[in-house]
Amino acid sequence: MARQRAPSGIGERVRRNEDARLLTGRALFVDDVRLDGLLHVAFLRSQHAHARLSSVDASAARSRAGVVAVYTAVDLGDYWRPGPLLVPPPPIPGLVFNSCTQVPLAKDKLRHVGEPIAMVVAESRYLAEDALDDIVVEAEPLPAAVELEAALGPGAPRVHDQLPSNLAAHVVQRKGDWAAAKARAHAVIKRRFRYDRGASAAIENRAVVAHWDSRAEELTVWDTTQAPIPIRNGLAQLLGLLESQVRVVAPFVGGGFGPKIMMFYPEEVLVPWAAMRLGRPVKWTEDRQENFFATTQERGQIHDAELAVTKEGKILGVKDVFLHDTGAYDPYGLTVPINSQCTLLGPYDIPSYESEFTAVFTNKTIVTPVRGAGRQHGVFVIERLLDFAAKELGIDRVEIRRTNLLRPDQFPFNNEILFQDSAPLTYDSGDYAPALDQALEVIDYKRFVREEQPRLKAAGRHVGIGVVCYVEGTGIGPYEGARVTIEPSGRVRLATGVGTQGQGHFTVFAQIVAEVLGVDVTDVHVITGDTREFHWGTGTFASRGAVVAGSACHAAAARVREKILDLASRELKATPADLVLDGGRVHVRGDPKAGIALGALALKANPLRGAVRPGSEPGLEATAYFGPDRGSTANGVHAMLVEVDAETAQVEIKRYVVVHDCGRVINPMIVEGQIQGGVAHGIGNAFYEQLVYDEEGQLLNASFMDYLLPTATDVPNIETTHRETRSPLNPVGAKGVGEAGAIPTGPLFAQAVEDALAGSGLEICEIPLSPNRLFELMNA
Amino acid sequence: MRTLITTLVCTVNGVRHERTVEPRLLLSDFLRHELGLTGTHVGCEHGVCGACTVLLDGEAVRSCLMFAVQADGHDVATVEGLSDGLGGGDALHPLQAAFREAHGLQCGFCTPGVLMTLVPFLRDHPDPDEREIREALSGNLCRCTGYQNIVAAVRLACGAAARA
Repeated sequence: MARQRAPSGIGERVRRNEDARLLTGRALFVDDVRLDGLLHVAFLRSQHAHARLSSVDASAARSRAGVVAVYTAVDLGDYWRPGPLLVPPPPIPGLVFNSCTQVPLAKDKLRHVGEPIAMVVAESRYLAEDALDDIVVEAEPLPAAVELEAALGPGAPRVHDQLPSNLAAHVVQRKGDWAAAKARAHAVIKRRFRYDRGASAAIENRAVVAHWDSRAEELTVWDTTQAPIPIRNGLAQLLGLLESQVRVVAPFVGGGFGPKIMMFYPEEVLVPWAAMRLGRPVKWTEDRQENFFATTQERGQIHDAELAVTKEGKILGVKDVFLHDTGAYDPYGLTVPINSQCTLLGPYDIPSYESEFTAVFTNKTIVTPVRGAGRQHGVFVIERLLDFAAKELGIDRVEIRRTNLLRPDQFPFNNEILFQDSAPLTYDSGDYAPALDQALEVIDYKRFVREEQPRLKAAGRHVGIGVVCYVEGTGIGPYEGARVTIEPSGRVRLATGVGTQGQGHFTVFAQIVAEVLGVDVTDVHVITGDTREFHWGTGTFASRGAVVAGSACHAAAARVREKILDLASRELKATPADLVLDGGRVHVRGDPKAGIALGALALKANPLRGAVRPGSEPGLEATAYFGPDRGSTANGVHAMLVEVDAETAQVEIKRYVVVHDCGRVINPMIVEGQIQGGVAHGIGNAFYEQLVYDEEGQLLNASFMDYLLPTATDVPNIETTHRETRSPLNPVGAKGVGEAGAIPTGPLFAQAVEDALAGSGLEICEIPLSPNRLFELMNA
Repeated sequence: MRTLITTLVCTVNGVRHERTVEPRLLLSDFLRHELGLTGTHVGCEHGVCGACTVLLDGEAVRSCLMFAVQADGHDVATVEGLSDGLGGGDALHPLQAAFREAHGLQCGFCTPGVLMTLVPFLRDHPDPDEREIREALSGNLCRCTGYQNIVAAVRLACGAAARA
């Protein structure tokens, strides 16, 4: 049977290059690394949310058989220092930011449960954990700052003694004249909204393995990080090594979702240091319980928001004042609350906006971005306000949205405030109304509301519909790079700096290069996340992989294409314009036989004798970078049908419809997968997942027994429709999609559940809603 | 303190192993770190996530909830034994091929456990409906896919998609 040529280029449903390795168990994850003489680490962690640490006695642990070393803060000497500020705040006038970054091991104070106090290195993980029991810690418990408002109140326990209060940041951003808008409004809708914390819950916990090769004087670190290059650069600086002496490998990573891009986690700083000090390789792998305490989390915020509208539902302005829980330290700066602030504006034309937030230190796990990174809160607030306004004005909730959507002729649209990347929040392109119409059509909104819902209601069933819109800033800078090399075999090597956590980079990047070079996608061998292969770049975050790294791949491939055309035109005695790249060959147009294989051309470009022409380079290889001035703006509409059991408050999702626009779709199969996973994450956030802290700052549900992730029986099939409004900001036309699915699920859930129980007076102003919480609200 | 050691004889993917291990060594750690079969993953160590699922005498078990010594005299199968792709080839078990075709995996970390859960399920239920598939999967957590394409992969593997 003739081999059918697999689909290859941009826009095609190409199956993934990486899957065979993952499906057969051959893919390397960090905990899979095996080295001779490997030592294992366990951390002693704080049991207290807040305590004065007076002494740590590790002498008994040190004398236990099999223990190689135990380190406390004192043992680190000069190496003990607070971590860097990963993301400095944008230059917003009047901004207050108090930087308090995490420390490798607690020295005098314990600031959250799970904060590391001591590190045991032993011949096995079992022995290391045994030795934790030998360490004697004396600590005086202090009252904890847990609840956000109380933490800012007078007399609240202070997380950081050097600060006068728990205020971590205060930021005001404005556009237009809110006071005037409010004064001339027909109605002002005002509510308080709460959004609580969840876990990122990647199924792979974090892990670090470090190996110091004293002969080569080279440190190799395998790390479950989303940002191997910044980790390498930072480690080199901390350890006094050249950057070229440090190799960081982020191999296959079992889900990232944001928290795997902290810098630095204490363990990332300590494991390489111990490996160098002990002259033996060292491994630490987080267990699930540690993950609940020590891996960063997100999304405690309280919003007091107002919406000023005309009688017809036209938005005149929004005012939002909110508190943001940043946890015990704030190394990630203001990314999360600024995303909340910016994303609130949504796809709507909002002429005046006043947004003020206060970030608050609490005695809880550090907060950094988790899939959506604060965007959820903004969408929740504006979408709920529109729902309440529609109700008050007697307008259909879809119509109030449509009335306010930005029109295609308004792009690029400057929102006049600064985004997380310090650039003005400018939407590059979009076509919002058709996306809304399409979602309504797919879910059959009109018919459901007119015919189906009354019929179901008459039959005693509570079925509701929800429709929400969102925009998402994606694909921000600064830059990524890529190197494309054609090997003599004809296969193409593509190296890029971003790490991969399941997004399909091995395929998506290959598709981009395959299209430019006319080769089969399976012939493009992608290498990501290894600083030895590529050492310029930032990382995988902000839905930027396909946009920024993808564009760099495109640029590098385009340069290689030029080299191919240049050399082939001389070899084939034809002008470059007459040459065609196809099937791994370059040939003269109209004469496929007059051609040469790319591999053969690569050999000619790297001769053993003769001369490489002056001004040219050997080989068919090029490196290129791409840095957008600002991010590209994706958008979408989610719609859902739910049935609520009025007695048990159990909610069943009957249908879930997504219409999304992430610009040019490189691989629809992968994009749909990203959406489906995001929605599942959003459903978890909305209805199942909540990290419950008691008043002492103890996390009460730190296991998968008690913290409920959605399972296969909880997540419905997602009906996805793609729309493509290309971004003008990159050569591919792409916008990011990794976080999209998770962003609008909260307000959608709230609206649909309220609709199912219409007439009951129920108002949902908080997420997550568990069945228990919904039951309470229904019976309040 | 005296470290207890006990002898363990078991067959893994058709290969007989005789080892001395501590009684407290988990089966998951034995497979991964003693035998180097790192395709079996560990996600929670309390029996909820299902990433560590392997077959014990043909039935799915959570290797993080078993001690290695409990496998003494038994036959263990891991994802590495599912196909002959171990040598670097791309030969896949039909179920693995269906996962690739239907995009039933993203980061791939939970995937070996999902596959090993499904092997005995499909043996016992050659023609499951969607509800049965979802029930069968409900003990395996996946954070990436939303399960939709895992279900699609299972349907593809048992030919249900073709008949639907």
